[in-house]
Amino acid sequence: MSDTAVVTEEVQEVKAEMVPVYIMGKRYDVPNSLTIMKAMEYAGYQYIRGAGCRGGVCGACATVYRLPGDYHIRVGLACQTVVEPNMYLTQIPFFPANRAVYDWENIKGEAEEVFQAYPELFRCLACNACTKVCPMDVPVMDYVAAIKRGDLEKAAELSFDCIQCGLCATRCMAEMAQYHIAQMVRRINGKFIAPHSEHCHKQVEAIKSGYYTDKIKEVMELGTVDPFDDSTKTDKIDKLIELYKARETEPHTAVEDWKPESDFALLK
Amino acid sequence: MKIGYYPGCTLKTKAKNLEDAAIKSMAALGYEMVELDRWNCCGAVYSLADDDLVHFLAPVRDLIRAHDQGFDKVVTLCSMCYNTLARANLLMRDDEVKRDALNDFMEEENDYKGEVEVVHLLNFIRDEIGWDKLRDAVKVPLEGLNFAPYYGCTLTRPEEVGIDSPKDPVVFQAFIEAIGGNIVDFPASQTCCGSYQIISNPEAAKATTLEILTSASDAKADALVLSCPLCEYNIGRRQDEIIKGNDKLENLPTFYFTQLLAIALGLPIEDLKLELNTNSTKAFLEQKGLPALA
Repeated sequence: MSDTAVVTEEVQEVKAEMVPVYIMGKRYDVPNSLTIMKAMEYAGYQYIRGAGCRGGVCGACATVYRLPGDYHIRVGLACQTVVEPNMYLTQIPFFPANRAVYDWENIKGEAEEVFQAYPELFRCLACNACTKVCPMDVPVMDYVAAIKRGDLEKAAELSFDCIQCGLCATRCMAEMAQYHIAQMVRRINGKFIAPHSEHCHKQVEAIKSGYYTDKIKEVMELGTVDPFDDSTKTDKIDKLIELYKARETEPHTAVEDWKPESDFALLK
Repeated sequence: MKIGYYPGCTLKTKAKNLEDAAIKSMAALGYEMVELDRWNCCGAVYSLADDDLVHFLAPVRDLIRAHDQGFDKVVTLCSMCYNTLARANLLMRDDEVKRDALNDFMEEENDYKGEVEVVHLLNFIRDEIGWDKLRDAVKVPLEGLNFAPYYGCTLTRPEEVGIDSPKDPVVFQAFIEAIGGNIVDFPASQTCCGSYQIISNPEAAKATTLEILTSASDAKADALVLSCPLCEYNIGRRQDEIIKGNDKLENLPTFYFTQLLAIALGLPIEDLKLELNTNSTKAFLEQKGLPALA
């Protein structure tokens, strides 16, 4: 096409700077702006496991690395961490970690139940290796300490940012799988300790009572549309699009006590 | 006045009665016990192995937290926590090589060299408030009641961290005297309750607990006074089982010293968290019409 930019010598010279990284001990030169995950793909690795959301929240791509001249173990999520020159890295996509089986329907929400499910809690010596290796900066040692003294609410709060990558478990000298314990604690917190959101219960009741059934039917009868096939676009679909555009959503800048105007949410 | 306070895990659950009564009593005496913002289990046992530094990480971290929070003293209630923290503190003061190794390992923490003083509440009351002032603050003197002060092992031993002389301690007696009770001297006042042997060798623990109960009963004690949740577990909670079939022994009530303090200061009964005490302890109070001002 005629409007393509003219390729000058100047443009040709703009190149990514390449840096050496060592993936499982083997050197690859990769563009310095890549994340570890992109760098591995650049180097020819294909992800089958060890990649998930690529957005820093799923915990699938936990990576450990070291830099020359520094004894510290460094960690990062491969999808979020930009490569550094001469880093030695490997991903740890999976680490065996036992999850206790408990009968959730009969859990009473007591600390004793967590102790029974995970007695290895009491092997913690407060070495803090877990906290140091957490890519989300969760104070793992502190939440373990809180669980040990039965403060499940505090533990739930401290462990809130956990993405269950499992790196804490790889480093634990007490051989715990801390993140599974914290998950049980957060579940207990949600059911027994944290305030319940009443409007959510009301909403569920409204759904169960059939309040929305007709409205949903109405919307569903408007049909479906294939965005690549104009022949599927009907008047009804225009109505659907209209409804979609008119729907009420919480604005990004909503104040804390924002409430929807429509009775769809039954919040009034 | 605010005082730095390290509770210890058990005081947050099974021994909440030891903690609550202390916090409320100290508030009544004009002291706010400020729980450390961050703390972990102290380990509950001081490791005696010479090269076993890893077991010092937990107590030393707690001392670092107290120091970071600006406290020059940290008060404890539980005998085990007191002993573990106080000994770890001495190690950080006196053993340069181990101190450096521990500080080096905990490089994410500020360096620590024993700046904080670990104080048991009994000594805090003795040294900062004084028995005379405590006596003046008492609203319900526990007159006519015979209390046997049970030190157990870790309050007084080893000598370098003992809250009083291990041979002839008097601080517990002075406390009982100040709140108006009669002191019962009994030979087993410093006999070990069996401690963690209750798990690995329960028969041995049972034997030593029986000795303590017999000794206190023979000395005509109305109740034992304790400062340790593990002692309470062995002597209190397991008491029915221990005296079962023994027609010479009757149930002996067991109190934490902080609960007696709360009663003497006229605090309401809910501050005692009596639901965590043994039935005979509750019955004893009811019979004596205590707490009087509740």
